[in-house]
Amino acid sequence: MYRSHVLICGGTGCTSSGSERIINTLEKELKEAGLAEEIKVIRTGCFGLCALGPIMVVYPEGAFYSMVTPEDIPEIVSEHFVKGRIVTRLLYQETVAEDGAITSLDDTNFYKKQLRIALHNCGVINPENINEYIAYDGYQALGKVLTEMKPADVIKVLLDAGLRGRGGGGFPTGKKWEFAAAQPAGQKYVVCNADEGDPGAFMDRSILEGDPHVVIEAMAIAGYAIGADTGVVYVRAEYPIAVKRLQIAIDQAREAGLLGKDIFGTGFNFDIHIRLGAGAFVCGEETALLTSIEGHRGEPRPRPPYPAVAGLFGKPTIINNVETFANIPPIIRKGVEWYRQIGTERSKGTKVFALGGKISNTGLVEVPMGTTLREIVEEIGGGIPGGGTFKAAQTGGPSGGCIPASLMDTPIDYDSLMAIGSMMGSGGLIVMDQTTCMVDIAKFFLEFTVDESCGKCVPCRIGTKRLYEMLDKVTQGKATMEDLDKMEALCYHIKESALCGLGQTAPNPVLSTLRYFRDEYVAHIEEKRCPAGVCKALLSYHILEDKCIGCTICARNCPVGCISGTVKQPHKIDNTACIKCGACEEKCRFGAIVKR
Amino acid sequence: MKSLAELQALRDKMQAQMGIRREEELSTRIVVGMATCGIAAGARPVLAAFTDEISKRRLTDVAVVQTGCVGICQYEPVVEVYRPGEEKVTYVKMTADKVARVVADHIVNGNVVTEFTIGALK
Repeated sequence: MYRSHVLICGGTGCTSSGSERIINTLEKELKEAGLAEEIKVIRTGCFGLCALGPIMVVYPEGAFYSMVTPEDIPEIVSEHFVKGRIVTRLLYQETVAEDGAITSLDDTNFYKKQLRIALHNCGVINPENINEYIAYDGYQALGKVLTEMKPADVIKVLLDAGLRGRGGGGFPTGKKWEFAAAQPAGQKYVVCNADEGDPGAFMDRSILEGDPHVVIEAMAIAGYAIGADTGVVYVRAEYPIAVKRLQIAIDQAREAGLLGKDIFGTGFNFDIHIRLGAGAFVCGEETALLTSIEGHRGEPRPRPPYPAVAGLFGKPTIINNVETFANIPPIIRKGVEWYRQIGTERSKGTKVFALGGKISNTGLVEVPMGTTLREIVEEIGGGIPGGGTFKAAQTGGPSGGCIPASLMDTPIDYDSLMAIGSMMGSGGLIVMDQTTCMVDIAKFFLEFTVDESCGKCVPCRIGTKRLYEMLDKVTQGKATMEDLDKMEALCYHIKESALCGLGQTAPNPVLSTLRYFRDEYVAHIEEKRCPAGVCKALLSYHILEDKCIGCTICARNCPVGCISGTVKQPHKIDNTACIKCGACEEKCRFGAIVKR
Repeated sequence: MKSLAELQALRDKMQAQMGIRREEELSTRIVVGMATCGIAAGARPVLAAFTDEISKRRLTDVAVVQTGCVGICQYEPVVEVYRPGEEKVTYVKMTADKVARVVADHIVNGNVVTEFTIGALK
C-alpha cells in the first residue's frame, strides 16, 4: 500500500519535453529519502495539456504540477513528500484558489467543458499494467458481451447508440459491423486503423499510449459481434511509444487469458497482431491499408466491393479507427441511454481534438459533439497567445477545410462541418491568426497531398500537382483572375474522379479558403499584395524615415548588406538585393522597419 | 483468468489500491506530523502502519497525508484525524502498535479512542 501516487505523463509530448529524466530523478531521490516503499511513481498516458508539460499529478492531494524540470525534483521530494508541504510555485496556477487552496482540475477552463469518454483512462492509469485497467472496469464490457449478449445484440447496441466512425467519414459503426456479420461464416478480420497521418493530429497515438487495453477489449468485442477470431492493428512506425505499449498490453492480455483461446470459458477465441505502417499517408485510407497489410505496396483499390464483403485477404473485414474503438467498451458498460444523451441529434457522443497552431493550450481535448469552435478555441484552448486575433481554424487536416471567424459559433458535429465545407476528419484542429496567409496554408496542405499521393489514379497524381502549381503562381503574384476559375474547376474534377478518399478530399483546403477568403486570393492577384505578409515574393521591407534614428543595427545585421546609410541618418533598403529574411525588422528597436 | 468472477475479484482488489487517485476529496483524512520533531519521535513507522492497516481493510475513502510541525513537539508523533461533520481529533505520542486500534475503533466504527488523544494527557 502506497500512501501517495505520483502520476507523470509518459506520452510523446511530455516525453519529448523530458518526462523520462524526471521519472528517473524522482525514483532516485525517493530511494535516497527512504520513501520508495511509500510513494508510487506511475508513468501514464497523455493528460491533454501538452503545452504545460512535463506534467506531474500527486494524489491524494490532487496537486497538479506543470512544466516540471529535474532540478525541481529534490524540492518536491523534501517539501511535498517528506514534510507534506505542496510546492505552490510549480502548481498549474489555475488550480490554486485565491486562499491558496488547491481546486479540482476539473474546474479549470481547460477541463471544465471537456467530457472524457475515449480518453477516460488517459493520464489516470498506468498503461503498462493491465491490473490498473481492470480496476477501472476494464474488460467488464467484454465479459458482459461474451456471457450475456448475442452478437446481434452487440450490433444493435451500437446502432441504437448512434456511434459514428471517428476516423473521418462518420459512417455508422453499427452498420459496418452489420454488413460484416451478415457475410457467411468463415475467416473474418477485425482491423484497427492507427495510421494517423494528418499533420497535427495525435489523438489515436495518445489513446494507444495512455490506454491500449481499451482498443484490445473493443476489438475482441468486434470479433465476437461479426464472428472473427483475428484482429490486426495497423499502426505507424513513427509512434514507437504507442507500438511498445500496445505490444505490452497484448502480451499481458494473452497472459491473463483475455486474448487467446476460450476467453472467460465461453469458447470464444480471439487474438491480435500488430502491423507497422511505413510512413505513407495514403495507408490511412482503408483499402490501401488492407493492401499494405497483405504485403503489397500501399495503394487503394476501387470500392465496391467494400471491405465488409471482401477485405483483408479477400475476407469480410471491418476497419475502425482507434478512437471509435475506444468509445465501444464505455457504451456497452453504461448503456445506450447514457450515450444518447451526449452530443447532437445526428452526432452522438464526444470527439477528441488535437489543438495546435496559434493557441495557448496546445494539447488534446475531448468535448461533446455540438460544442462550438468558439468554446474550444477561446475557453478550453485559452485563446490566441500574444494578443493575436483568431482568423480561421483548419479541421480535418489536408482533407478538411477552414472555418472562418464568422462561423465560430457553429456547433461542431459531422453534418454541420460538412455544411460549411469542412469535415470532422480525424480531429486535428489547427488555429490560425492574422499572421497566417490563407493562400499559403492551402498551398502547404496541397504540397502535403502532392507528396503523399500514391500515383495510382491520374486525377490525384497529376491534378493535385497542377493545382499546387497554380497556387504557387498565386503566391508569386503571377496568377490571373482566370487562373482562379480554372483552379476551382480543377478542384471539382479531382473531387469527382479520384479513386480514394485522399484524392477526393485533397482539394478541400483550396475550395474552403476560396470560399471564405477569396479576397486574399484577389489581393495576391490584382494588387500583388499578401495581406498577412507571408508570401515572400510579394513582400518588400521599407524603413520609415521619421522613425529611423540611424542606429545602424539593421545594416550590421543584414546578411546581404543591402541596407545603406550614415550614422544618425535614416537608412535605406535596396529592394533589388533584399532577400526578405526579416532580420532587420526583428532587430530594429524603434519599429522603423515595416513590410508591405 | 477463466471466468468473469475472477475478473471481478481482481477489479475489487485493485480498486482498493487505487482509491486515492480520485478527483473528489476523500472523506477521511489522517494527518501525520512529519517535521523533524515528529520524525525523530518515530512518526515514520506510525505513518507506514496507517497505510498498511488501511490497505488491509480496503478502505478506499481514507487519505493518509503528512504535515509539518503542529507546535506540540513534546507530544510527537502527533496524528490528527478529520472526518466529515466531526471535530478534529488529535492523537498524541502515537506508536505503530496503537494504529490498529485507532483504525478499527475510530476510522471504521466512529468511536474516538479517547485514551490516546491529547485530552487524556495529564
